[in-house]
Amino acid sequence: MSVKPRKSAEARRRTLVKSGFGIYFAIFLIFIYGPMFAMFILSFQGKRGGTSFPMRGVSLYWWEKLIQPSTVGDLKGALVRSVILALIVMVFTALFSTMLGMAFRRPFRGSGALFYTIMAGLMVPGVLLSLGLATLLKQVGIPPNWWSTALGVHVVWTLPFGFLVMMAVFNRFDASLEEAARDMGAGEWTVFREVTLPLILPGIVAAGLFGFTLSYDEFARTTLLAGEFNTLPLDINASMTQRIRPTLFALGTASTLFSLLMIGLFLLVYTIIYRRTQ
Amino acid sequence: MANHAIPQHPGLVGAVPARGFPWRGGDDRPGEAASGRDGPAAAGARAVRRAPGGHPGWLIAPATLWLFVFLLVPLASILVFSFFTSTGFGMAPEPTIKNYVDYFEVEGFFDPEARKFLTPSVFLSTLGTTFRFALTVMVLCLLVGYPIAYFLALQVQAFKWQLALFLLCMVPFWTSYLIRAVAWLPMLGRRGLLNRALVELGIVEKPVSFLLYSEFGYTMALVQLYVVLCIGPIFFSLAKIDRQVLEAARDMGANAFQIFREIILPLSLPGVAIGMIFIFVMLMGEFASAVVVYGGKISTVGTVILNYYTFANYPFAAVNALMLMIAMMIGVVIILRVVDIRKQL
Repeated sequence: MSVKPRKSAEARRRTLVKSGFGIYFAIFLIFIYGPMFAMFILSFQGKRGGTSFPMRGVSLYWWEKLIQPSTVGDLKGALVRSVILALIVMVFTALFSTMLGMAFRRPFRGSGALFYTIMAGLMVPGVLLSLGLATLLKQVGIPPNWWSTALGVHVVWTLPFGFLVMMAVFNRFDASLEEAARDMGAGEWTVFREVTLPLILPGIVAAGLFGFTLSYDEFARTTLLAGEFNTLPLDINASMTQRIRPTLFALGTASTLFSLLMIGLFLLVYTIIYRRTQ
Repeated sequence: MANHAIPQHPGLVGAVPARGFPWRGGDDRPGEAASGRDGPAAAGARAVRRAPGGHPGWLIAPATLWLFVFLLVPLASILVFSFFTSTGFGMAPEPTIKNYVDYFEVEGFFDPEARKFLTPSVFLSTLGTTFRFALTVMVLCLLVGYPIAYFLALQVQAFKWQLALFLLCMVPFWTSYLIRAVAWLPMLGRRGLLNRALVELGIVEKPVSFLLYSEFGYTMALVQLYVVLCIGPIFFSLAKIDRQVLEAARDMGANAFQIFREIILPLSLPGVAIGMIFIFVMLMGEFASAVVVYGGKISTVGTVILNYYTFANYPFAAVNALMLMIAMMIGVVIILRVVDIRKQL
């Protein structure tokens, strides 16, 4: 008899703790998303309004200014370049991560050194890579370009994420499936295409997600290495050094919405492929 | 055609990833813990993995070459260029240690007349400031982020909710960091949202000015920008904890605090270390948000490096970069000394 009330008290205490955590989590979400949300609302600021509340009417004035070509440099071009760059980085990240993941399934000489080199891409601040490569290029007289040098350092940054995803995938991978296919006389390439690839495809998509989104938003690594033409984050940074106007908020909102759209797209593709592999 | 072989293999049920994201094991739920990974099927898989096959050379060659060109060469050039001579509009390959002398030396450094015996050079003190900010923000991120990871990993029961809420926390990481920094401007100003909230709630009588372009506002913005980086790793190490162990501890009469201190905290330390290293190195290289949220009133090592690059004094920028790298390595080594993360990898 004495156990029962104690249990219910324990249950009540647990519910209390849980709702406490829930409230904290809600506050945390406001902390994380609140500023972005305020920016989103302020992008619809009236024509006479400033960069902070109160709203002076609601208008699309700043969004229109954003689309007009003269305001923030070559915005459309910057967006196009950023997306193309992100797509190339995505392909390289997915490809390299898969190849490295395959290679790391078996121990090989120098695997430790390679592992730490890949991880170094995560650890070295972008400003150092930018500086090192930019000065080297200056010294030897090769001009930097967004599609060459910026691409190079972007992949260095995104590869560790994709690589870790593929490592996790192969850690849980059952090699006897491949062995079975091999026993039935399938060649190495057939085994990869018919057995391995379908099973690791969700991981490849996840690696691609890291490649695309991290490259699309990357600023520090691009800052000295984009060359003649800006990517979108560089344009955003440039417009921040001028007087800050609600146009910047419209730009920020547009860019964030695009990021969210891409994340949603990746998650959708991931879910579809993952369901199919089950 | 090879797929036909799958159902005929009786030993591999449960060895395929159980559910959810690939980085998430199926072994953190009681009942599933016994299946699969450490059973005979997994042992067989390990034996197969060791079997000889194609050489991995061509698999690693492209990425290795890429990392050599775009990671190792830039870092090596920083080291080399730090010994070059600045010519005012560029640099010449004449070896010198002048850059290092300039970096460390300052008037009064060894001057007995000076009040303080060791006044650090302006560059060293910038490094110190950057380090101090990094440390403060790291601690705050841990205090803010750990309960979130704990909540997600151990309090939320339904896997669907766990995944959804975790993704909600991770989304900002995949959006632009610059824009998230800009978004703080309407929050922090004298007429910003925070001030309005403070006045409306009657906490202060009139708007306070210590929010924007101040250490307080800057720190708060940095915590918001970087806290998600530690939630991920801590969440993963917490999610790996076998719930049966917690249940057993509870049955043996341990209270919640004891369970946390004796089981949960030690098991989550690798995740904490990875998260802290991640935040630390990012903060040490920080430069853009200092301009946006602090109005450029503070110099970080990052801004100093970029300034000297703009002045075309590349060797001196390189020295600053090198010192930043050394400070970072020391920090990372200290964190790794405290926590052994190899268990996590």
